[in-house]
Amino acid sequence: MTLMSMVAFGMPDRLTRADVDRIATLARLELIDAEKDLFVEQLSHVLEYAEQIQRINTDGVQPTSQVLSRMAADRPDEPRPGLANADALANAPDPSAQTGLFRVPRVLG
Amino acid sequence: MATTLPFQTARDIRDAVSAGRVSAVEVCESALSRIEAGNPQLKAFLTVAAGQALERARAVDRDQRSAPLAGVPIALKDNIMTRGITTTAASRMLEHFVPPYDATVVSRLEDAGAVVIGKTNCDEFAMGSSTENSAFGPSRNPWNADHIPGGSSGGSAVAVAAGMSPIALGSDTGGSIRQPASLCGVVGLKPTYGRVSRYGLIAFASSLDQIGPLARTAYDAALALSVLAGPDPRDSTASQEPLGDYVGALSGDIRGLRLGVPRTMLEQGVDAVVSDCFYGALETLRARGATLIDIELPHASYAIATYYIVATAEASSNLARYDGVRYGFRAQGLRDLREMYEKTRSQGFGAEVKRRIMLGTYVLSAGYYDAYYLKAQQVRTLIRQDYEQAFQTVDAVVMPTSPTPAFKIGERVEDPLALYLGDVFTVSANLAGLPALSVPCGLTPNRLPIGLQMTGKPFEEATLLRIGDSYERDTGWWKERPAT
Repeated sequence: MTLMSMVAFGMPDRLTRADVDRIATLARLELIDAEKDLFVEQLSHVLEYAEQIQRINTDGVQPTSQVLSRMAADRPDEPRPGLANADALANAPDPSAQTGLFRVPRVLG
Repeated sequence: MATTLPFQTARDIRDAVSAGRVSAVEVCESALSRIEAGNPQLKAFLTVAAGQALERARAVDRDQRSAPLAGVPIALKDNIMTRGITTTAASRMLEHFVPPYDATVVSRLEDAGAVVIGKTNCDEFAMGSSTENSAFGPSRNPWNADHIPGGSSGGSAVAVAAGMSPIALGSDTGGSIRQPASLCGVVGLKPTYGRVSRYGLIAFASSLDQIGPLARTAYDAALALSVLAGPDPRDSTASQEPLGDYVGALSGDIRGLRLGVPRTMLEQGVDAVVSDCFYGALETLRARGATLIDIELPHASYAIATYYIVATAEASSNLARYDGVRYGFRAQGLRDLREMYEKTRSQGFGAEVKRRIMLGTYVLSAGYYDAYYLKAQQVRTLIRQDYEQAFQTVDAVVMPTSPTPAFKIGERVEDPLALYLGDVFTVSANLAGLPALSVPCGLTPNRLPIGLQMTGKPFEEATLLRIGDSYERDTGWWKERPAT
């Protein structure tokens, strides 16, 4: 990629180990060293390929976030039974049947 | 009937059950024994729901013998929620997850008399094109067990191709119904975005995901779509658009239909054997009265780059829910909440899922959003407009489904980009939200199947099914069966 397009789009030539660390932190993934090395290579490879879309002139083109031309009609907002507490807890890794809550490790301190 | 059942169509099974020539229980037992014999090698199913299926079959014999899918066995991709039947999305993260409710498509099928026989293998969270990314091991192609069946709905394609189930459901985010259908020699339909409810489908990329049927004939796919399609109060993206008469459309008459051929796009990167079968199929359609028109899809070559930005961005957001709190896997020996998230996700997700979460997180991250994600959404608009332009002059666009026949297991594991490039002909339909159908159109000299793909205007599945059915009337490819 040329210097000019890097300035224009602010994209790195390829990912660094530091980039991978930063993305993993954002994604809440703890990667081992071998995975980091692999992802530096593989993600750089995919991003280099994806760079081709920078060649297209998209001035004034509206982005498409979804393709529905018409949104579905409204429906009456009527109360219906939801999931029973016991059903909601049935798949939980650490349910507290007594309180009807999900238990998690310590959050503070 | 029981001895020949495995390769009966859904239509014939339904007719036989309705007429009392065979019971739903006999059909179900026959399917279950076929699975028992073939599944250890092919690994089409992750869960076989024998008990529930037989109970359902007895209920059909009692109450639903005149239903539109009376007694028809159905295999469901394991990312479709089934109440009381383990649903894993082929991930360690959901290995022991038992859904508390059914997906809308499951309720609709059961209301129509169908019998769910089990849950099929797939790439983890539907991310992949080979079913090799399943946490529980790959499915194998029944035509040659050294080869991949395609993916991500590979197990569903194998179940139909190997005669274990006449109909299976898959989900298609970038080709995940059509590509395995093509590589296994069966019919696969991705409906228009919004045609079928996604309620109860484990989300991958919500603006692209769509559930659809795999079957041995266009007729059976039409029968299934008639049951699956329609609005759903539980999915605001399920369309109110009137349904087509999918079965009634199968007249065999395609005279005057205009088929667009994007020749420039087909000049490179397509195996010669695939090209030969594809152009042969076009001649068959022309002989039946269709008109072939050359078209251009100027932005089609950017579809894969666009797709892998949009899909991974949405996936990284959707998969944030797997945090070890409410359901699914949680890592052990944790000191605090942050560590719980990180260890749970690192141990629960496989390599391809992590890769896509990383890519999606990156393209959405501060500083890169405009260059990647927003840009890709704009190119998505251009890809849609190419099709809108093409549909001014043609009724459907025809292409091969996959540029190559099924490759060997392990061949592309080290090179994710090479695997992604195989989606060249399928991802555009998802980006543009259009319906697309793959039908068998040939075999390589080594007897690996090849598929013909047709992409249609929004909500015109009936036209695609009519073309597919017409093609079947003139050819015998759909009757071919694997030796195993």
